[in-house]
Amino acid sequence: MKALVRPMPILWWLRSRAYVLFMVRELTSVLIAAYLVVFLIFLQRIAGGPSSYERYLHWLAQPAVLAFHLVALAAALYHSVTWLQLTPMTVVIRLRDRRVPAATIVAANFAVWGALSVLILWLIVGT
Amino acid sequence: MRRSAEPFWWLLFAAGGTVAAFLVPVSIALTGLAAPLGWGGTAFQHARIAALVSHPIARLYLFVLIALPWFHAAHRIRFTLAEGLQLHQAGRLLAVICYGTASVGAALALLVVVRL
Amino acid sequence: MTMPEPTVSLEIFRYQPDGGGPSTFQRYQVPYHEDWVVLDAINYIKDQLDGTLAYRWSCRMGVCGSCGMMINGVPKLSCATFLKEYYPHPIRVEPLANFPIERDLVIVLDDFMKKLSQVQPWIVRAAEPPLSAGEYRQTPEQLDQYKQFSMCLNCMLCYAACPMYGLKPLFLGPAAIALAHRYNLDSRDEGRASRQDVLANEHGVWDCTLVGECTTVCPADVDPAAAIQQIKLSTAVDWIKRALRPGGGA
Repeated sequence: MKALVRPMPILWWLRSRAYVLFMVRELTSVLIAAYLVVFLIFLQRIAGGPSSYERYLHWLAQPAVLAFHLVALAAALYHSVTWLQLTPMTVVIRLRDRRVPAATIVAANFAVWGALSVLILWLIVGT
Repeated sequence: MRRSAEPFWWLLFAAGGTVAAFLVPVSIALTGLAAPLGWGGTAFQHARIAALVSHPIARLYLFVLIALPWFHAAHRIRFTLAEGLQLHQAGRLLAVICYGTASVGAALALLVVVRL
Repeated sequence: MTMPEPTVSLEIFRYQPDGGGPSTFQRYQVPYHEDWVVLDAINYIKDQLDGTLAYRWSCRMGVCGSCGMMINGVPKLSCATFLKEYYPHPIRVEPLANFPIERDLVIVLDDFMKKLSQVQPWIVRAAEPPLSAGEYRQTPEQLDQYKQFSMCLNCMLCYAACPMYGLKPLFLGPAAIALAHRYNLDSRDEGRASRQDVLANEHGVWDCTLVGECTTVCPADVDPAAAIQQIKLSTAVDWIKRALRPGGGA
């Protein structure tokens, strides 16, 4: 008796919206990694002195580079939103024998994210 | 047979993903948009920024911000390449390339950060 | 003058292992009723139109897990999927993805049964107390710890939804892992250590990359994705503890 085996197509991840979004989520890490390369070079240029730093700022202001950062920001935001929504499934917190609802943990995650972002903005730009 | 190394890479992936989730967006907004576009007035003048990043706590923060998400990305890229291109036979090689690259990156980040 | 009875078209996957030839799709016109589910339509086909159609079903009320099929490409229980969700468009019915097909809509589920038994889905005790010691007592809070994961019907929709199971057939899979977790969390069970080998190896929880579709398609709200991530975390914590133990240890 011959059972029929259906192989996975190479483009299996295009088969449903959920799979496509999964791939997009995974690929955000590539854009984040790319940004961090640009960022590390930024730090190196700071150590290189005022003129090297100014030249890098000038390069960062190029339209193509700004566009890259906008795309990277979109990717980073998508990573943050999906990540912070998925953490409650991994870490189960129990208070007094009842499980803390996932929605509460997600809300707390977003609150911390907002607070940290504001704090860092203030430290760099505000003072 | 237990595969003993996986938890280590998963923990790095989780730590990196958390650091990236909380800290990368604001970082992109600052260095990718605010600094080159001149938002924030005198905030991004070299002397001020250089002093800011040279602080020991700032250096530690910057190293963690860069190195951990690179291990997170290495883990995700490793699995995505294996799944997307169906390269499961090359699994071990992929892992070596991905984590190896992230390790080199972390070493470079360390070199830059200690000289700030 | 009576109105013609409304019908809906079902395109059903056909495969005969002995008849030779590739798989095909066969189209059937079935009466449309607002309260009919896909299983009703398939039973009508079997009874009235084509007795050769092979498929599994039993309780027809969503508790036995027998009637899982791909309906318009999505893994669903055919007894819980209403025709009116698709009417008047044709409905494509295929066997559950990621499993070999025995005949028509019947899949070979040996792989799942093997993996299910590998996780020892029963109470494991170091030593069984005698009956005279009485029953195991469990508080509602202790039941609450694992109850969600105990609702699994073994319907295998999660295996059909999981691309990792499709790509890596050695993967233990969502339902088996969720059931392992159900017993690990049960206060009466002492078998966590004995389940770790199959959970912590490379084809246990580590083949999962949290696509999350298993949880989306589960008809019993088991949330297998959560079970898998929780086991990843507890396995990682175990690993840290072992690594920090002076003198190491296996």
